[in-house]
Amino acid sequence: MRKAHGEALVSLGRENPKVVVLSADVSNSDHSYMFAEAFPERFFNVGIAEQALVDISVGFAISGMVPFAHTFAAFFATRALEMVRTHACYGGARIKMMAAYAGISDSFDGPTHHCIIDLAVMRSLPNMTVLVPSDPRSLMRFLPQIASWDGPVYCRLNRNEVPVLFDDSYHPEIGRAIPLRDGADVTLIACGITVSRALQAAERLAAQGIQAGVLEMHTIKPLDVDAVVGAAETTGALVTVEEHSVVGGLGAAVAEVLCDRALVPLRRVGIQDRFTNTGPYDTLLDRYGLAVEDITAAAESAVRTKTGSSTERRV
Amino acid sequence: MHYHGESLIRDLSMKAQTFRIDVLNMVYRAQTGHLGGAFSVAEILTGLYFHHLKLDPERPEMPERDRLLFSKGHACAMLYAVLAYRGFFASEELASFRQFESRLQGHPDPNKTPGIEIAAGPLGHGIAIGVGVALSLRMRAAAKPSARDAPSARATVAKVYTVLGDGEINAGVIWEGIMSAAKFKLGNLTAILDYNGIQQTGSTAEAMPTEPIAEKWEAFGWHVQEIHGHNVGEVLDALDRADEVHARPSVIIARTTKGKGVSFMEYDHRWHGQPPSTEEYEAALVELREGLKQWQE
Repeated sequence: MRKAHGEALVSLGRENPKVVVLSADVSNSDHSYMFAEAFPERFFNVGIAEQALVDISVGFAISGMVPFAHTFAAFFATRALEMVRTHACYGGARIKMMAAYAGISDSFDGPTHHCIIDLAVMRSLPNMTVLVPSDPRSLMRFLPQIASWDGPVYCRLNRNEVPVLFDDSYHPEIGRAIPLRDGADVTLIACGITVSRALQAAERLAAQGIQAGVLEMHTIKPLDVDAVVGAAETTGALVTVEEHSVVGGLGAAVAEVLCDRALVPLRRVGIQDRFTNTGPYDTLLDRYGLAVEDITAAAESAVRTKTGSSTERRV
Repeated sequence: MHYHGESLIRDLSMKAQTFRIDVLNMVYRAQTGHLGGAFSVAEILTGLYFHHLKLDPERPEMPERDRLLFSKGHACAMLYAVLAYRGFFASEELASFRQFESRLQGHPDPNKTPGIEIAAGPLGHGIAIGVGVALSLRMRAAAKPSARDAPSARATVAKVYTVLGDGEINAGVIWEGIMSAAKFKLGNLTAILDYNGIQQTGSTAEAMPTEPIAEKWEAFGWHVQEIHGHNVGEVLDALDRADEVHARPSVIIARTTKGKGVSFMEYDHRWHGQPPSTEEYEAALVELREGLKQWQE
């Protein structure tokens, strides 16, 4: 996903002279160096200083520029968080945070570099928009929307090569979930790398006679509430799948909707409330609860819990 | 550098002292707010808003305005008083300070109060945000066709000022910002340090020693001046000199007195964030009015 990001930034820079790119000295990690090469006068390396990275970006934003700030997800969501809250969310500075190495995608650098709490943290902030693109094309399609979005944006970037899911016909919009597969028995709601795993799980479930729909929830905030309620009403059972702690992320966001609007069985597939370990990316995803088998098991459980009676489901 | 006449200095000094009276009234009425650091920054803010800054209260978002990023947000009662009398909003509104649904929030809110550039209260943001603003303004000036042709282009770059407290510079992000400002050679950025020597629990020397502060700032690549921060003439002169520094950022270390103008508040950290009783209010009012007389004679 990194090269796609570099290319998308350059293309954006060509179209919009107000776009500036800032980096806390990680431009070779997220490939924003490609923008630095194309537009050296609009690229600013602020050193290993994530708090200043956000504040300097705020300064650009309140002066009418469109700053894309780059550091690792873990540092936006923890070290620089007060800057994000005070000036982007409360003050209204429209900074664009490109959160590299999100989830456990920087797998070999270990738990200090993994970030499985960012969706919960960022989602709790008023006025924030939180995105999790699933593949390179998704990211490239979102970048211009992020630039023109009237508010601060936090966008996850995956460190690794991720499965290509979409072709040129894919046109995601911030805040609108995308149905990728229909299914009458259960809906799998996924974001980021887990979308491809959810699609695999749906295939396997079909072979078992369970028809699972797949909904891509690339925007964690503002959540597409209508899509969640629609899926609950249509299939009567939901499974969320996220490369994130089960505390506070996509699963929690969907659970909040269900409590208020459509109480149906929900299973949350994600990483349990713990620190992860160092290792290969796929191994970590499998071992920490994001294997395709984990998704199918969750779907089976949700379907079993369904009563089948619409009155008892209280949809 | 401009010559600042006696009448200007007397006028601004009187204004600063009357703003102290406004602030005293605001904090007494609300029974909440920060007096000490508001009193120490009176001449600095008055000199900036009533003489030095290029701005238009009728057009608070005028693109070519100078920016004042008020970083020591807790002292905002003084900023509100200065903005009101400078014409950004009616002075009657000062009475709503810290009240529910007032535009004058407990700490500054750029979306509610005309003339406020940044949210502040959490300390340490002024310099780093100032770096982003100063870079933006420099890029904007460079992008104008007229500026590219004119050798005096730099004169068209709007300037950025940030007012900091001395306790505030304990924060690490201040020093991140200081390094960035030097790296990017931000001649259009000036920090003014309201060095009153006192923070919430006692002296700054006890809480976190920062001396030798001038030498430190100089070592980080900034142009440094030290002045007496209650002397309006020195404030104005220092601001003019800072404007003449084009290749690096400037800091004005303004030595001030916390609680300036009220004998029992001066140098006493308890007046950082405590409202006065009726007796204390009346005594303070007498002293502040007395202080005004030296300029009236």
